[in-house]
Amino acid sequence: MKPKTPYQKGTLRRLFRMLFSFYPVALPLIILCIVLSAIVSAIPSVFTQNIIAVLEQNAGEGWSVIGPQVLRLTSLLAVLYVFSLILSFIYTRATAVLSQSALKKLRENLFQHMQDLPIKYFDTHAHGDIMSHYTNDIDTLRQLISQSMPQLLSSGIMVLTLFAIMLYYSVWMALVVLFGVSFMLLLVKKIGGNSAKYFMRQQQALGKTEGYIEEMMAGQKVIKVFCHEDEAKSDFDEVNDALFRDSEQANTFANILPPVIMNVGNLIYVMVAMAGGAFLLSKTHNLSISGLAFSISIVVPFLNMTRQFSGNINQVSQQLNAVIMGLAGASRMFALLDEKQEDDNGSVTLVYVTEQDGALRESEERTKIWAWKQPQTDGTVRYTRLSGDVRLQNVDFGYEQDKAVLHDVSLFAEPGQKVAFVGATGAGKTTITNLLNRFYDIADGKIRYDGININKIRKSDLRRAIGMVLQDTNLFTGTVLENIRYGRLDATDEECIAAAKLAGADSFVTRLPEGYETPLTGNGSNLSQGQRQLIAIARAAVADPPVMILDEATSSIDTRTEAIVQRGMDALMKDRTVFVIAHRLSTVQNSDVIMVLENGRIIERGSHAHLIAEGGKYYQLYTGAFELE
Amino acid sequence: MWRTLIKSIREYKKPSILAPVYVTVEVIIECLIPYIMALLVNQIKAGCSLGVVLRYGLVLLVLASLSLNFGRLSGKAAATSASGFARNLRKDLFSSIQSFSFENIDRFSSSSLVTRLTTDVTNVQNAFMMLIRVAIRSPLMLIFAVVMSFIMGGKLALIFVVVIPMLGIGLFFIIRKAFPIFKRVFRKYDALNSSIQENVQGIRVVKSFVREDYEKQKFGVAAEELRQEFTKAEKILAFNGPMMQFCLYINMVFILTFGAYTIATTGGLNFNVGQLSSLMIYSFQTLMSLMMLSMVFVMVTIADESGRRIIEVLSEQSSLTSPEHPVFDVTDGSIDFDQVSFRYSEKAERMALSNIDLHIRSGETIGILGTTGSSKTSLVQLIPRLYDTTSGIVRVGGRNVQEYDLASLRNQVSVVLQNNLLFSGTIAENLRWGNPDASDADLQQACVFAQADDFIRSFPQGYETRIEQGGTNVSGGQKQRLCIARALLKQPRILILDDSTSAVDTHTDAKIRKALKDYLPETTKIIIAQRVASVMDADRIVLMDKGGISAIGTHEQLLQTNAIYREIFESQNKAGEQE
Repeated sequence: MKPKTPYQKGTLRRLFRMLFSFYPVALPLIILCIVLSAIVSAIPSVFTQNIIAVLEQNAGEGWSVIGPQVLRLTSLLAVLYVFSLILSFIYTRATAVLSQSALKKLRENLFQHMQDLPIKYFDTHAHGDIMSHYTNDIDTLRQLISQSMPQLLSSGIMVLTLFAIMLYYSVWMALVVLFGVSFMLLLVKKIGGNSAKYFMRQQQALGKTEGYIEEMMAGQKVIKVFCHEDEAKSDFDEVNDALFRDSEQANTFANILPPVIMNVGNLIYVMVAMAGGAFLLSKTHNLSISGLAFSISIVVPFLNMTRQFSGNINQVSQQLNAVIMGLAGASRMFALLDEKQEDDNGSVTLVYVTEQDGALRESEERTKIWAWKQPQTDGTVRYTRLSGDVRLQNVDFGYEQDKAVLHDVSLFAEPGQKVAFVGATGAGKTTITNLLNRFYDIADGKIRYDGININKIRKSDLRRAIGMVLQDTNLFTGTVLENIRYGRLDATDEECIAAAKLAGADSFVTRLPEGYETPLTGNGSNLSQGQRQLIAIARAAVADPPVMILDEATSSIDTRTEAIVQRGMDALMKDRTVFVIAHRLSTVQNSDVIMVLENGRIIERGSHAHLIAEGGKYYQLYTGAFELE
Repeated sequence: MWRTLIKSIREYKKPSILAPVYVTVEVIIECLIPYIMALLVNQIKAGCSLGVVLRYGLVLLVLASLSLNFGRLSGKAAATSASGFARNLRKDLFSSIQSFSFENIDRFSSSSLVTRLTTDVTNVQNAFMMLIRVAIRSPLMLIFAVVMSFIMGGKLALIFVVVIPMLGIGLFFIIRKAFPIFKRVFRKYDALNSSIQENVQGIRVVKSFVREDYEKQKFGVAAEELRQEFTKAEKILAFNGPMMQFCLYINMVFILTFGAYTIATTGGLNFNVGQLSSLMIYSFQTLMSLMMLSMVFVMVTIADESGRRIIEVLSEQSSLTSPEHPVFDVTDGSIDFDQVSFRYSEKAERMALSNIDLHIRSGETIGILGTTGSSKTSLVQLIPRLYDTTSGIVRVGGRNVQEYDLASLRNQVSVVLQNNLLFSGTIAENLRWGNPDASDADLQQACVFAQADDFIRSFPQGYETRIEQGGTNVSGGQKQRLCIARALLKQPRILILDDSTSAVDTHTDAKIRKALKDYLPETTKIIIAQRVASVMDADRIVLMDKGGISAIGTHEQLLQTNAIYREIFESQNKAGEQE
């Protein structure tokens, strides 16, 4: 499953480009601050060298001679420090502010892009995976942007500066350090590589364990009923032990890395000290940029620099896992951003009109009449009154290219008619409704709405003209009233309550603790499935669209309650073109036309009485001689 | 809190103790190295022989490799003990959950249990690893480094008396100010994520109402709020680095100036260049450990909440246990409810069942009808003692259910739950949940009764067909029939079907009922259904309403005497009820 590299090539460059485009001025400034600050942090070694040199050269002289020179150096150092402090204060603060606002932009980009993705994306990606873009991926990016990147830059510059200073003092000793450091880097690569490898494995093991736990927790009652506790425990032990092993390895390598680096650092330190001693004692000729000869004033700062050197490499190595995970996160995020959005070339829009002497006139205000506004090739505009006439002509469709779900489906619904779809799961009932509002686009054939090809209608306007109530009711966090108002944002409280009454939801809503102001959370988990469906119906009623699709809208309401709701439903369906999908034949039998679907084809059509008289599939279903699955 | 948690360390006690020991040794050696370095530097300065340099070098080499190895050992020990601790915690949590009764299960949502077993345990694991390593290392390092500084620098080390409290107090204030904000921010963060989740799940609603822009705008506001809060917290944390640098810089300037002064005035007798260089290293070590210590503090505080949530599960006592001297045999399938009342929790205002008196003979078939919320399910769940009654007694085979061994009782009283579930694995594996020793012929027999054999055989791999998690690759009706077969394999004395054929067509439903009647005549059968057709031919039908029994009788009797029953029957018959 796992590719060799957990992230796409070029991810880093793309991430940088994105960050630079967010902050074309601020980001380079911050980088400059980090670079300057890192250089300044590396410089004190020069002062140490100078001060020791002063002490050495004037050994035996009193403070009156040495004092002014030392004080001059230390006050200069203090000034430098103040400068460094100002820089680092600026950049840490700026990084904090900028990385948070960058994360916000990333989140927003993700969300905005996602909103405009076609339904297909949501149907073909697990919701948990989509969510993990907002949780895991953004979290790893936060670590990468706000910590790892500044740290890497700072440490990298520091290491370079230190090395330059080393060369300045003594090429020979710098080479000794370089030799030691290359050995250290080798170790970092090996241990760090293992650590990253096992961290990825740990992540996978964790995912597997989580999956197992999820399944078992969901089925806990079944486990109890079958006294299956011991088997569940022993199965759990297996995944748990595997997780333990990977976690142990991952943490071992991560834990070992710092002491190894620090102590190899110590070894280099010893090596440098010994080499320094050897050079000093053997009076080797020094090769350096500064031209200074070997002296204790060079060896001491060299030792300190060696320490700083390995300290910085340690810092870098600590960020390795975070960098790899961050890039993997960025890579997944870019994959979402690269998904193609819903295209919409429709030019026909939906407008309010007033009717005067048979002519339609566009109106700014909300009127009772809607019309399609069609721009013509000659520059004029044609208005067609919205009436809810829907026709499908020879429609073919498949969710995947070579797997057809609908074959040559033709049907029409005249304004105000009620059309029902009956058929087994997978026969294509919901698929037809998915095509009407262009959640999916048809492969062949034509769909016309009031005589206009729906491909020419702007998607948002088409969808506003078609209301939907689905089997799986989705409510949003907010009050009951807010949820109903979702159907039409400018609806007044009275209009919302009227819609609730129409849907038959009013009686139970008023009995809730805070009535219409009762807050709903977790998809309305404090309501029963039936109550949620009633709110969804009210929500559609507020929208007041001329065409309505009811996909198993009353499936979770028991038959007695449904009979009570039926009146509301009838009121809702009056003067509207309605498409109904229902498992229960009682829900559909008073439709004007019933379409029986089988394997993506319409095999029977007609009114209830007509179909019963025909004695076909519908008759069999009705009499219970045939199974609907 | 930690006292309860660390009970789960068990076999990992040894590495848990060794890790701090190794760390201690590592720290001591690490602090010795700069000291010996200082001696070496002074030797070199004094112009010693190459041999002396080599000797010092050798000592340092040994020390560094010792330190490395102890570091390695402590790293390994800490990883083993922390991962092992986490493993045992998960194990204990899982077993604790397995001992839960239905009442306990109701109290925790399954998603919260998943979080406790994963994220919370990971938080505790990380904090524990910090505790046995960094929390030992940092204070020790602090103490040793300060002590060494005083040994080497004498009065110069007094600067620490100023700098350490300064940094300490600074860190304290930063954490104190930032932490509550972070806590708040993370709650907001969770809220934002759950609203994204709502959006993803409800994307069809969003799109069909054309609310994309509205949602984007709503999200923008929430994201902006989150950004502001996060920035506030991060800005405070951003003081950390500069503050640390500030303290370090003060140290450096002070040590360089006064170190040079001391060397100059004493002629390098009491203090020398080597010591000067070591002192600088010690000051860095000191401040660094203080910084690490503050990180440990933060980690442990974060883990605190997680630990509390873990203990909540560990300390949850199962509300149902087998009695001390249990009865293992259920003699027959008779069931008696004597004045039974029941509510789901003490806090519940309404009784789910009140004053139920019902007597069922062994081998009888009972149908139960009633509207949603009439407590049909509550009634039958008392029979296999999934819940205990609030008052009154439920008897099975003439004995109070509380006298039985729980496993024996539940093996004899087989329930097909309303929310029935299959698990990932083959069909055969799923069926054997009912009876692990069942032969292939047994499986087939049960499936024939449950009308599942035909469709199973139509699968290319038959009984070895894999069921996906949640049983998503079989249809609702098929799932229900598999669940019935699984329950039949227990060969129970009492079989309870709680709305278990709702997705099965009437025809197949009737066949299942006929098979049960013909082949399992001695088994008591209780059938809860929505359809009158499913219970019509039962020996007796119980009509439930608002937690009580409103009528009992045969189909014909009820049709004549009960208005509600007649109403249901007629509404369904008229519609040719088909589900």
